[in-house]
Amino acid sequence: MSESNTKKRGFWSEMIYNNPVFGLYLGICSTLAITTTLNNAIGMGVAVIVVLTISNIVISLIAPLTPDEIHIPVYIVVIATLVTVVGMIMHAFTPELYSTLGTFIDLIVVNCIILGRAEAYACSHNVGESARDGLMMGLSYTFSLLAMSLIRQILGSGVLELSNPMTNQVLFSLRLIPAGFEIPVFTTQTGAFLTFAMLAAGVAAIKNSDEKKAAAAAKAKADAAKAAAKAATASAAKAKEAA
Amino acid sequence: MNLLTLFLSALLINNVILSKFIGMCPFLGVSTKLSSAVGMGLAVIFVVFGASVLSWALYYYALVPLGLEYMKLICFILLIAAFVQFVEMFIKKTSPSLYKSLGIYLPLITTNCAVLYVALDNITQGYTLVETMVNSIAVPAGFMLVLLIFATIRERLATADVPEAWKGNPIAFVVAAIMAIAFSAFAGLV
Repeated sequence: MSESNTKKRGFWSEMIYNNPVFGLYLGICSTLAITTTLNNAIGMGVAVIVVLTISNIVISLIAPLTPDEIHIPVYIVVIATLVTVVGMIMHAFTPELYSTLGTFIDLIVVNCIILGRAEAYACSHNVGESARDGLMMGLSYTFSLLAMSLIRQILGSGVLELSNPMTNQVLFSLRLIPAGFEIPVFTTQTGAFLTFAMLAAGVAAIKNSDEKKAAAAAKAKADAAKAAAKAATASAAKAKEAA
Repeated sequence: MNLLTLFLSALLINNVILSKFIGMCPFLGVSTKLSSAVGMGLAVIFVVFGASVLSWALYYYALVPLGLEYMKLICFILLIAAFVQFVEMFIKKTSPSLYKSLGIYLPLITTNCAVLYVALDNITQGYTLVETMVNSIAVPAGFMLVLLIFATIRERLATADVPEAWKGNPIAFVVAAIMAIAFSAFAGLV
Protein backbone atom coordinates (compact mmCIF):
# COMPACT_ATOMS: atom_id res chain seq x y z
CA MET A 1 0.00 0.00 0.00
CA SER A 2 2.88 2.37 -0.58
CA GLU A 3 2.27 5.81 -2.04
CA SER A 4 3.75 5.14 -5.48
CA ASN A 5 1.74 1.95 -5.82
CA THR A 6 -1.57 3.63 -5.17
CA LYS A 7 -0.72 6.43 -7.55
CA LYS A 8 0.28 4.05 -10.31
CA ARG A 9 -2.97 2.13 -10.06
CA GLY A 10 -6.16 3.66 -11.34
CA PHE A 11 -9.10 4.86 -9.29
CA TRP A 12 -11.03 1.60 -9.62
CA SER A 13 -8.20 -0.74 -8.79
CA GLU A 14 -7.49 1.39 -5.74
CA MET A 15 -11.11 0.85 -4.75
CA ILE A 16 -10.50 -2.89 -4.94
CA TYR A 17 -6.94 -3.15 -3.62
CA ASN A 18 -7.21 -0.77 -0.71
CA ASN A 19 -10.83 -1.58 -0.11
CA PRO A 20 -11.17 -1.28 3.66
CA VAL A 21 -14.19 -3.57 3.83
CA PHE A 22 -13.52 -6.53 1.56
CA GLY A 23 -9.72 -6.30 1.57
CA LEU A 24 -8.90 -5.37 5.16
CA TYR A 25 -12.14 -6.41 6.91
CA LEU A 26 -12.67 -3.05 8.61
CA GLY A 27 -16.08 -1.56 9.28
CA ILE A 28 -17.87 -4.83 8.63
CA CYS A 29 -20.67 -4.40 11.16
CA SER A 30 -22.37 -1.50 9.40
CA THR A 31 -21.68 -2.98 5.97
CA LEU A 32 -23.61 -6.11 6.89
CA ALA A 33 -26.36 -4.41 8.82
CA ILE A 34 -27.57 -1.47 6.79
CA THR A 35 -27.14 -2.62 3.19
CA THR A 36 -30.71 -3.85 2.72
CA THR A 37 -31.59 -0.93 0.44
CA LEU A 38 -29.67 1.43 -1.81
CA ASN A 39 -30.99 4.42 0.10
CA ASN A 40 -29.56 3.23 3.41
CA ALA A 41 -26.22 2.50 1.76
CA ILE A 42 -25.96 5.98 0.26
CA GLY A 43 -27.03 7.66 3.51
CA MET A 44 -24.53 5.71 5.58
CA GLY A 45 -21.81 6.19 2.97
CA VAL A 46 -22.24 9.96 2.91
CA ALA A 47 -22.25 10.12 6.71
CA VAL A 48 -19.00 8.15 6.89
CA ILE A 49 -17.35 10.20 4.11
CA VAL A 50 -18.17 13.43 5.97
CA VAL A 51 -17.00 12.14 9.36
CA LEU A 52 -13.87 10.50 7.98
CA THR A 53 -12.74 13.49 5.90
CA ILE A 54 -13.31 16.05 8.64
CA SER A 55 -11.80 13.82 11.33
CA ASN A 56 -8.71 13.25 9.17
CA ILE A 57 -8.35 17.02 8.66
CA VAL A 58 -8.83 17.86 12.34
CA ILE A 59 -6.54 15.08 13.54
CA SER A 60 -3.75 15.99 11.12
CA LEU A 61 -3.98 19.54 12.52
CA ILE A 62 -3.97 18.60 16.21
CA ALA A 63 -1.63 15.60 16.03
CA PRO A 64 1.58 17.64 16.62
CA LEU A 65 0.02 19.20 19.74
CA THR A 66 -1.31 15.98 21.23
CA PRO A 67 0.77 14.21 23.90
CA ASP A 68 1.52 10.68 22.81
CA GLU A 69 0.05 8.91 25.86
CA ILE A 70 -3.46 10.26 25.41
CA HIS A 71 -3.70 10.44 21.63
CA ILE A 72 -6.34 7.69 21.31
CA PRO A 73 -8.85 9.28 23.74
CA VAL A 74 -8.31 12.65 22.03
CA TYR A 75 -8.97 11.18 18.59
CA ILE A 76 -12.05 9.35 19.86
CA VAL A 77 -13.48 12.55 21.31
CA VAL A 78 -12.92 14.33 17.97
CA ILE A 79 -14.64 11.51 16.11
CA ALA A 80 -17.51 11.22 18.63
CA THR A 81 -18.14 14.96 18.38
CA LEU A 82 -18.30 14.79 14.58
CA VAL A 83 -20.62 11.80 14.70
CA THR A 84 -22.93 13.58 17.14
CA VAL A 85 -23.07 16.59 14.79
CA VAL A 86 -23.72 14.44 11.70
CA GLY A 87 -26.38 12.49 13.63
CA MET A 88 -28.14 15.70 14.65
CA ILE A 89 -28.10 17.00 11.06
CA MET A 90 -29.52 13.73 9.77
CA HIS A 91 -32.14 13.68 12.49
CA ALA A 92 -33.27 17.15 11.44
CA PHE A 93 -33.21 16.84 7.65
CA THR A 94 -33.65 13.13 6.90
CA PRO A 95 -35.66 11.79 9.88
CA GLU A 96 -36.85 8.69 8.02
CA LEU A 97 -33.28 7.65 7.09
CA TYR A 98 -32.08 8.46 10.62
CA SER A 99 -34.62 6.12 12.17
CA THR A 100 -33.86 3.23 9.78
CA LEU A 101 -30.10 3.52 10.24
CA GLY A 102 -30.73 3.81 13.98
CA THR A 103 -27.84 3.02 16.30
CA PHE A 104 -25.51 2.48 13.37
CA ILE A 105 -25.13 6.24 13.01
CA ASP A 106 -23.86 6.39 16.60
CA LEU A 107 -21.72 3.33 16.03
CA ILE A 108 -19.72 5.19 13.35
CA VAL A 109 -17.63 6.23 16.38
CA VAL A 110 -16.31 2.69 16.75
CA ASN A 111 -16.06 2.05 13.01
CA CYS A 112 -12.48 0.81 12.79
CA ILE A 113 -11.88 2.58 9.46
CA ILE A 114 -12.06 6.03 11.04
CA LEU A 115 -9.79 5.47 14.03
CA GLY A 116 -7.62 3.29 11.82
CA ARG A 117 -7.02 6.07 9.28
CA ALA A 118 -6.43 8.58 12.07
CA GLU A 119 -3.76 6.32 13.57
CA ALA A 120 -2.19 5.08 10.36
CA TYR A 121 -2.33 8.15 8.15
CA ALA A 122 -3.75 11.45 9.40
CA CYS A 123 -1.47 11.81 12.43
CA SER A 124 1.67 11.76 10.29
CA HIS A 125 0.59 13.58 7.10
CA ASN A 126 -0.34 17.15 6.25
CA VAL A 127 -3.88 18.48 5.97
CA GLY A 128 -4.26 18.18 2.20
CA GLU A 129 -3.01 14.59 2.04
CA SER A 130 -5.13 13.58 5.02
CA ALA A 131 -8.27 15.11 3.51
CA ARG A 132 -7.61 13.26 0.25
CA ASP A 133 -7.00 10.01 2.12
CA GLY A 134 -10.22 10.45 4.13
CA LEU A 135 -12.20 11.13 0.99
CA MET A 136 -10.75 8.14 -0.86
CA MET A 137 -11.24 5.76 2.06
CA GLY A 138 -14.78 7.05 2.55
CA LEU A 139 -15.50 6.59 -1.14
CA SER A 140 -14.22 3.04 -1.22
CA TYR A 141 -16.26 2.24 1.90
CA THR A 142 -19.33 3.71 0.15
CA PHE A 143 -18.43 1.72 -2.97
CA SER A 144 -18.54 -1.49 -0.89
CA LEU A 145 -21.86 -0.50 0.63
CA LEU A 146 -23.27 0.17 -2.84
CA ALA A 147 -22.06 -3.17 -4.18
CA MET A 148 -23.61 -5.02 -1.23
CA SER A 149 -26.89 -3.14 -1.31
CA LEU A 150 -27.32 -3.42 -5.09
CA ILE A 151 -26.96 -7.20 -4.94
CA ARG A 152 -29.16 -7.56 -1.87
CA GLN A 153 -31.90 -5.21 -3.01
CA ILE A 154 -32.15 -6.52 -6.56
CA LEU A 155 -32.05 -10.21 -5.62
CA GLY A 156 -34.06 -9.81 -2.43
CA SER A 157 -36.91 -7.55 -3.54
CA GLY A 158 -36.52 -7.59 -7.32
CA VAL A 159 -36.88 -3.82 -7.48
CA LEU A 160 -34.16 -1.22 -7.84
CA GLU A 161 -35.48 1.83 -6.05
CA LEU A 162 -34.09 5.17 -5.00
CA SER A 163 -35.95 7.85 -3.09
CA ASN A 164 -35.25 11.37 -1.91
CA PRO A 165 -34.20 11.10 1.75
CA MET A 166 -35.57 14.57 2.55
CA THR A 167 -39.11 14.02 1.32
CA ASN A 168 -39.34 10.23 0.90
CA GLN A 169 -40.50 10.78 -2.64
CA VAL A 170 -39.62 7.85 -4.90
CA LEU A 171 -37.22 9.15 -7.53
CA PHE A 172 -36.56 6.02 -9.46
CA SER A 173 -38.04 2.54 -9.39
CA LEU A 174 -37.32 -0.32 -11.74
CA ARG A 175 -38.49 -3.92 -11.43
CA LEU A 176 -35.69 -6.19 -12.61
CA ILE A 177 -36.98 -9.54 -11.39
CA PRO A 178 -40.67 -10.36 -11.90
CA ALA A 179 -42.77 -10.54 -8.75
CA GLY A 180 -42.74 -14.00 -7.22
CA PHE A 181 -39.23 -14.78 -8.46
CA GLU A 182 -37.24 -12.71 -5.99
CA ILE A 183 -35.07 -14.44 -3.37
CA PRO A 184 -36.17 -12.94 -0.04
CA VAL A 185 -33.31 -14.57 1.88
CA PHE A 186 -31.03 -11.82 0.54
CA THR A 187 -32.84 -9.22 2.61
CA THR A 188 -32.23 -11.24 5.80
CA GLN A 189 -29.11 -11.62 7.92
CA THR A 190 -28.17 -14.82 6.10
CA GLY A 191 -28.21 -12.96 2.79
CA ALA A 192 -25.95 -10.29 4.23
CA PHE A 193 -23.34 -12.85 5.27
CA LEU A 194 -23.57 -14.70 1.95
CA THR A 195 -23.29 -11.55 -0.19
CA PHE A 196 -20.32 -10.41 1.89
CA ALA A 197 -18.63 -13.81 1.53
CA MET A 198 -19.04 -13.74 -2.26
CA LEU A 199 -17.70 -10.20 -2.63
CA ALA A 200 -14.78 -10.84 -0.28
CA ALA A 201 -13.90 -14.01 -2.19
CA GLY A 202 -14.10 -12.04 -5.44
CA VAL A 203 -11.68 -9.42 -4.16
CA ALA A 204 -9.35 -12.15 -2.88
CA ALA A 205 -9.50 -13.91 -6.26
CA ILE A 206 -8.55 -10.70 -8.12
CA LYS A 207 -5.69 -10.09 -5.70
CA ASN A 208 -4.49 -13.70 -5.96
CA SER A 209 -4.44 -13.74 -9.75
CA ASP A 210 -2.62 -10.39 -9.86
CA GLU A 211 -0.08 -11.64 -7.33
CA LYS A 212 0.48 -14.77 -9.41
CA LYS A 213 0.96 -12.65 -12.52
CA ALA A 214 3.41 -10.40 -10.69
CA ALA A 215 5.28 -13.42 -9.32
CA ALA A 216 5.44 -14.98 -12.79
CA ALA A 217 6.71 -11.71 -14.27
CA ALA A 218 9.34 -11.41 -11.52
CA LYS A 219 10.39 -15.02 -12.09
CA ALA A 220 10.68 -14.49 -15.85
CA LYS A 221 12.78 -11.40 -15.20
CA ALA A 222 15.02 -13.30 -12.76
CA ASP A 223 15.37 -16.18 -15.23
CA ALA A 224 16.32 -13.77 -17.99
CA ALA A 225 18.89 -12.13 -15.71
CA LYS A 226 20.29 -15.55 -14.76
CA ALA A 227 20.52 -16.58 -18.40
CA ALA A 228 22.24 -13.33 -19.25
CA ALA A 229 24.69 -13.82 -16.37
CA LYS A 230 25.35 -17.39 -17.52
CA ALA A 231 25.92 -16.23 -21.07
CA ALA A 232 28.28 -13.53 -19.81
CA THR A 233 30.33 -15.99 -17.73
CA ALA A 234 30.34 -18.45 -20.63
CA SER A 235 31.59 -15.84 -23.03
CA ALA A 236 34.16 -14.68 -20.47
CA ALA A 237 35.34 -18.26 -20.09
CA LYS A 238 35.51 -18.58 -23.87
CA ALA A 239 37.50 -15.38 -24.09
CA LYS A 240 39.87 -16.73 -21.42
CA GLU A 241 40.24 -19.96 -23.34
CA ALA A 242 40.93 -18.10 -26.52
CA ALA A 243 43.57 -16.05 -24.73
CA MET B 1 -41.24 -6.84 30.46
CA ASN B 2 -40.63 -10.32 31.71
CA LEU B 3 -36.94 -10.58 32.58
CA LEU B 4 -36.62 -14.14 31.28
CA THR B 5 -38.13 -13.11 27.95
CA LEU B 6 -35.72 -10.22 27.79
CA PHE B 7 -32.79 -12.50 28.57
CA LEU B 8 -33.71 -15.14 25.99
CA SER B 9 -34.48 -12.70 23.24
CA ALA B 10 -31.21 -10.83 23.74
CA LEU B 11 -29.27 -14.11 24.00
CA LEU B 12 -30.72 -16.07 21.08
CA ILE B 13 -33.36 -14.30 19.00
CA ASN B 14 -31.73 -10.92 18.62
CA ASN B 15 -28.27 -12.41 18.87
CA VAL B 16 -25.75 -9.62 18.78
CA ILE B 17 -23.58 -11.15 16.05
CA LEU B 18 -25.93 -13.14 13.87
CA SER B 19 -28.89 -10.81 13.93
CA LYS B 20 -27.52 -7.35 14.75
CA PHE B 21 -24.06 -7.71 13.15
CA ILE B 22 -22.36 -6.06 16.10
CA GLY B 23 -18.86 -7.03 17.22
CA MET B 24 -17.78 -8.56 13.92
CA CYS B 25 -14.11 -7.57 14.21
CA PRO B 26 -13.28 -9.65 17.31
CA PHE B 27 -15.64 -12.31 15.99
CA LEU B 28 -13.38 -12.79 12.97
CA GLY B 29 -10.14 -11.96 14.75
CA VAL B 30 -10.17 -14.31 17.72
CA SER B 31 -12.39 -17.13 16.49
CA THR B 32 -9.58 -19.18 14.99
CA LYS B 33 -8.72 -20.85 18.31
CA LEU B 34 -11.14 -22.10 20.96
CA SER B 35 -8.96 -21.02 23.90
CA SER B 36 -8.72 -17.41 22.72
CA ALA B 37 -12.45 -17.39 22.01
CA VAL B 38 -13.14 -18.34 25.64
CA GLY B 39 -10.82 -15.59 26.89
CA MET B 40 -12.34 -12.95 24.64
CA GLY B 41 -15.89 -14.02 25.51
CA LEU B 42 -15.29 -13.76 29.25
CA ALA B 43 -13.56 -10.41 28.89
CA VAL B 44 -16.45 -9.06 26.81
CA ILE B 45 -19.08 -10.21 29.32
CA PHE B 46 -17.21 -8.52 32.14
CA VAL B 47 -16.55 -5.24 30.32
CA VAL B 48 -20.00 -4.94 28.73
CA PHE B 49 -21.72 -5.51 32.06
CA GLY B 50 -19.57 -3.02 33.94
CA ALA B 51 -19.57 -0.36 31.24
CA SER B 52 -23.31 -0.59 30.59
CA VAL B 53 -24.31 -0.28 34.22
CA LEU B 54 -21.92 2.66 34.66
CA SER B 55 -23.24 4.30 31.48
CA TRP B 56 -26.81 3.84 32.67
CA ALA B 57 -25.97 5.51 35.97
CA LEU B 58 -24.07 8.30 34.23
CA TYR B 59 -26.99 8.98 31.90
CA TYR B 60 -29.78 9.03 34.47
CA TYR B 61 -27.86 10.60 37.36
CA ALA B 62 -25.68 13.12 35.52
CA LEU B 63 -26.70 13.78 31.93
CA VAL B 64 -30.49 13.89 32.34
CA PRO B 65 -30.52 16.24 35.37
CA LEU B 66 -28.09 18.54 33.53
CA GLY B 67 -30.08 18.40 30.29
CA LEU B 68 -27.06 17.06 28.37
CA GLU B 69 -28.67 13.98 26.80
CA TYR B 70 -27.14 14.80 23.41
CA MET B 71 -23.66 14.36 24.92
CA LYS B 72 -24.28 10.67 25.63
CA LEU B 73 -22.20 9.37 22.73
CA ILE B 74 -19.07 11.29 23.74
CA CYS B 75 -19.52 10.53 27.45
CA PHE B 76 -20.17 6.81 26.92
CA ILE B 77 -17.19 6.26 24.65
CA LEU B 78 -14.88 8.01 27.10
CA LEU B 79 -16.38 6.06 29.99
CA ILE B 80 -15.83 2.78 28.14
CA ALA B 81 -12.24 3.64 27.25
CA ALA B 82 -11.50 4.67 30.84
CA PHE B 83 -13.26 1.61 32.26
CA VAL B 84 -11.31 -0.78 30.05
CA GLN B 85 -8.05 0.93 31.01
CA PHE B 86 -8.98 0.73 34.70
CA VAL B 87 -9.95 -2.95 34.51
CA GLU B 88 -6.69 -3.72 32.74
CA MET B 89 -4.66 -2.01 35.46
CA PHE B 90 -6.72 -3.61 38.22
CA ILE B 91 -6.36 -7.15 36.86
CA LYS B 92 -2.66 -6.63 36.24
CA LYS B 93 -2.11 -5.68 39.89
CA THR B 94 -4.41 -8.22 41.56
CA SER B 95 -4.23 -11.33 39.43
CA PRO B 96 -1.26 -11.72 37.09
CA SER B 97 -2.47 -15.14 35.91
CA LEU B 98 -5.88 -13.78 34.90
CA TYR B 99 -4.10 -10.86 33.24
CA LYS B 100 -2.02 -13.29 31.25
CA SER B 101 -5.10 -15.03 29.87
CA LEU B 102 -7.40 -12.01 29.44
CA GLY B 103 -4.96 -9.13 29.22
CA ILE B 104 -4.34 -9.11 25.49
CA TYR B 105 -8.07 -9.01 24.76
CA LEU B 106 -8.83 -6.04 26.95
CA PRO B 107 -7.38 -3.25 24.78
CA LEU B 108 -9.20 -4.76 21.80
CA ILE B 109 -12.52 -4.40 23.59
CA THR B 110 -12.52 -0.59 23.50
CA THR B 111 -13.04 -0.80 19.77
CA ASN B 112 -15.59 -3.60 20.08
CA CYS B 113 -18.81 -1.96 19.01
CA ALA B 114 -20.81 -4.37 21.19
CA VAL B 115 -19.85 -2.40 24.30
CA LEU B 116 -21.05 0.93 22.96
CA TYR B 117 -24.06 -0.73 21.36
CA VAL B 118 -25.31 -2.26 24.62
CA ALA B 119 -24.73 0.99 26.52
CA LEU B 120 -26.72 2.97 23.94
CA ASP B 121 -29.38 0.30 23.50
CA ASN B 122 -30.21 0.27 27.23
CA ILE B 123 -30.96 3.99 27.01
CA THR B 124 -32.91 3.87 23.70
CA GLN B 125 -35.09 1.02 24.98
CA GLY B 126 -35.71 2.89 28.23
CA TYR B 127 -34.69 -0.06 30.41
CA THR B 128 -34.73 0.16 34.20
CA LEU B 129 -31.58 -0.68 36.16
CA VAL B 130 -32.59 -4.35 36.60
CA GLU B 131 -33.50 -4.72 32.93
CA THR B 132 -30.23 -3.03 32.01
CA MET B 133 -28.31 -5.55 34.10
CA VAL B 134 -30.14 -8.51 32.54
CA ASN B 135 -29.68 -7.15 29.02
CA SER B 136 -26.00 -6.40 29.63
CA ILE B 137 -25.38 -10.01 30.65
CA ALA B 138 -27.53 -11.59 27.94
CA VAL B 139 -26.08 -9.72 24.97
CA PRO B 140 -22.39 -10.53 25.64
CA ALA B 141 -23.38 -14.07 26.65
CA GLY B 142 -24.95 -14.42 23.20
CA PHE B 143 -21.73 -13.04 21.75
CA MET B 144 -19.69 -15.64 23.61
CA LEU B 145 -22.05 -18.48 22.67
CA VAL B 146 -21.79 -17.75 18.95
CA LEU B 147 -18.05 -17.11 19.25
CA LEU B 148 -17.51 -20.54 20.84
CA ILE B 149 -19.62 -22.42 18.28
CA PHE B 150 -17.89 -20.52 15.51
CA ALA B 151 -14.40 -21.19 16.90
CA THR B 152 -15.00 -24.95 17.03
CA ILE B 153 -16.21 -24.92 13.44
CA ARG B 154 -13.24 -22.83 12.32
CA GLU B 155 -10.77 -25.21 13.99
CA ARG B 156 -12.18 -27.94 11.77
CA LEU B 157 -12.27 -25.59 8.80
CA ALA B 158 -8.52 -24.98 9.07
CA THR B 159 -7.82 -28.47 7.74
CA ALA B 160 -10.60 -28.45 5.14
CA ASP B 161 -9.84 -28.13 1.44
CA VAL B 162 -11.21 -24.70 0.61
CA PRO B 163 -10.80 -23.02 -2.82
CA GLU B 164 -7.89 -20.54 -2.83
CA ALA B 165 -9.97 -17.34 -2.98
CA TRP B 166 -12.36 -18.47 -0.24
CA LYS B 167 -9.62 -19.30 2.29
CA GLY B 168 -9.74 -17.47 5.62
CA ASN B 169 -12.45 -14.92 6.09
CA PRO B 170 -14.74 -15.48 3.06
CA ILE B 171 -15.46 -19.08 4.04
CA ALA B 172 -15.95 -17.93 7.62
CA PHE B 173 -18.73 -15.65 6.40
CA VAL B 174 -20.41 -18.59 4.67
CA VAL B 175 -20.29 -20.46 7.98
CA ALA B 176 -21.80 -17.41 9.67
CA ALA B 177 -24.57 -17.35 7.06
CA ILE B 178 -25.48 -20.96 7.81
CA MET B 179 -25.38 -20.26 11.56
CA ALA B 180 -27.68 -17.29 10.99
CA ILE B 181 -30.21 -19.63 9.36
CA ALA B 182 -29.97 -21.95 12.36
CA PHE B 183 -30.42 -19.09 14.82
CA SER B 184 -33.39 -17.68 12.91
CA ALA B 185 -35.25 -20.79 14.07
CA PHE B 186 -35.25 -19.31 17.59
CA ALA B 187 -37.54 -16.52 16.38
CA GLY B 188 -40.70 -18.37 17.48
CA LEU B 189 -39.31 -19.14 20.94
CA VAL B 190 -40.72 -16.17 22.81
